[in-house]
Amino acid sequence: MVKRVAVVGIGTTGFRPVTPDVSFRELIFEAARKAYTDAGIEPSEIDGFITTAEDFMEGYSIADEYCPDQIGAVLKPTQTIPGDFIQGMATGYMMIMTGAFRTIAIEAHSKASNMRNIGELMGFAQDPVYNRPLRETPHAVAGLEMTRYLFESAASSEQCAQVVVKNKKNAMRNPYAAFGAEITEGDVLASEPISLPLHRLDIAPHADGAVVAVLADEDTARALCETPIWIEGLGWSTDTPTLEMRDWGEAAYARLAAEMAYRMAGIGNPAALIDFAEICDEYSYKELQHMEALKLCMPGEAAYMIESGATSYQGELPINISGGALGVGHLFEASGAHKILELVEQLRGNAGARQIPDVNVGLAQVWRGVPTATGAVAILSNM
Amino acid sequence: MKLEDFELGGTQLKASDFKTGKVLTTEWKPDLKYAWDNGVAIGRYLAEFKEGRIIARVCHKCDRIMLPPRMFCELCFRPTDEWMYVKDTGVINTFSIAKVNWDASRRGPKEPPLLPAVIEIDGASEGMGIMHMLGEADPKDFKIGMKVKAVWKKPEDRTGAITDILYFKPVAAGTEDKNKGRPEGRGKEVR
Repeated sequence: MVKRVAVVGIGTTGFRPVTPDVSFRELIFEAARKAYTDAGIEPSEIDGFITTAEDFMEGYSIADEYCPDQIGAVLKPTQTIPGDFIQGMATGYMMIMTGAFRTIAIEAHSKASNMRNIGELMGFAQDPVYNRPLRETPHAVAGLEMTRYLFESAASSEQCAQVVVKNKKNAMRNPYAAFGAEITEGDVLASEPISLPLHRLDIAPHADGAVVAVLADEDTARALCETPIWIEGLGWSTDTPTLEMRDWGEAAYARLAAEMAYRMAGIGNPAALIDFAEICDEYSYKELQHMEALKLCMPGEAAYMIESGATSYQGELPINISGGALGVGHLFEASGAHKILELVEQLRGNAGARQIPDVNVGLAQVWRGVPTATGAVAILSNM
Repeated sequence: MKLEDFELGGTQLKASDFKTGKVLTTEWKPDLKYAWDNGVAIGRYLAEFKEGRIIARVCHKCDRIMLPPRMFCELCFRPTDEWMYVKDTGVINTFSIAKVNWDASRRGPKEPPLLPAVIEIDGASEGMGIMHMLGEADPKDFKIGMKVKAVWKKPEDRTGAITDILYFKPVAAGTEDKNKGRPEGRGKEVR
């Protein structure tokens, strides 16, 4: 019986604001080839493939049909999960746990620069009958949530701005990141107001890029590599999509996804056991709200942690050392993929200038973006 | 509770209820726009169309001459190695006689049917070529295996698109290419 599943290979193109030089197929091939070479395996030896994509993001109907060639999955078992990479990883994990598959490759990419009116596309996700006719910017959903979160947590816009400053600064050390910068809290608060309290710089700009990872069962993992990165916990959850009924202050979807992952990993006190975390900061306040939902701190405590530097590069709980979505870029379905990539590089000790010393357990968390209330959590370790 | 108690009910509607405005409706016309990056392979492929040429990519490992071109071999899973021009002639692999349009509307009684076809191009590996249209002959005269040649737009009208070829026409008897049937060997190598 399969006991454990590990990430045995990972590859990426890195992330850039635009990629006019390559097609999505060429972008994905690069990540896939690097992942298979990293794992020391050829795609012909991989038992199954999972891609993560949404048709509306790709501009193709049935976009899953366009995935096999560039991941080496022609005439192999393959499927697409219309969700985040971490949700795809959960499916891959379960497939391996059945014993029917020894290895699974998972792909996610963003060609966000090819969506020419991304606002309309995001707004298109709202209920067409009783929400969309109001013609509010999709960012308004985040503005509403930020207002309520700040009200309930007593965090401030200034503290949210500090998240942006921290993550963009972290991204300066990450060669994959597209939006590293040295900015100040004042720059964030003085940036263009979008849907207040949200300002332009509170919102992660989108980026292009691809990531492919290879999962394997324990025996295969040990045969393939010296440092398998073990999947210890996985969880996912969705709140009601109804904007009129959801919990606007607490990210309940993230709390429930984390509880599921902690149960699986046997983690009772995450704040003590998790060494570092890559969590969703697609909007600045989300990092603080998610820290609390993930029980990495007490409710209302996240703002003090950013203020005190506890979540900085040298802090006791480094958060978004990669630069997060604010520094790397918002990657849509590949959001979780860049977080898993960061976890794997840190846990292998391959993170270069941004390597956190002595890390053994990392947490990755994603949210599916406005107007969703869906999130997923993965916990990886190198032990 | 009985199973019927879970039925939420509703109102049965007649066609006339819609016509008389009895049914309330909301309309939304999506305004979604995309600009797909062609990338290296398809970018060059279409640029060559503008010049009236068809170009393929070669994988030296499996020795396939791939059309449409691609920068990676999906079977060997490695980058492909070189560009190679192929001919603008080939044979019909399969075709259909379409009496309806793209939007499923029926073509008028005086409109000829559309003839989508897959053409195996001379110089490309077996089974590879171009999905295009047939023309200049009666639909019933086209056969699988028939030799055809591209009919190009005038150079000044080409835009670097698949539609720079108008259609493929039968190669007239007597002017038939010597390399008819399956392509043998490679075309001319280019950088």
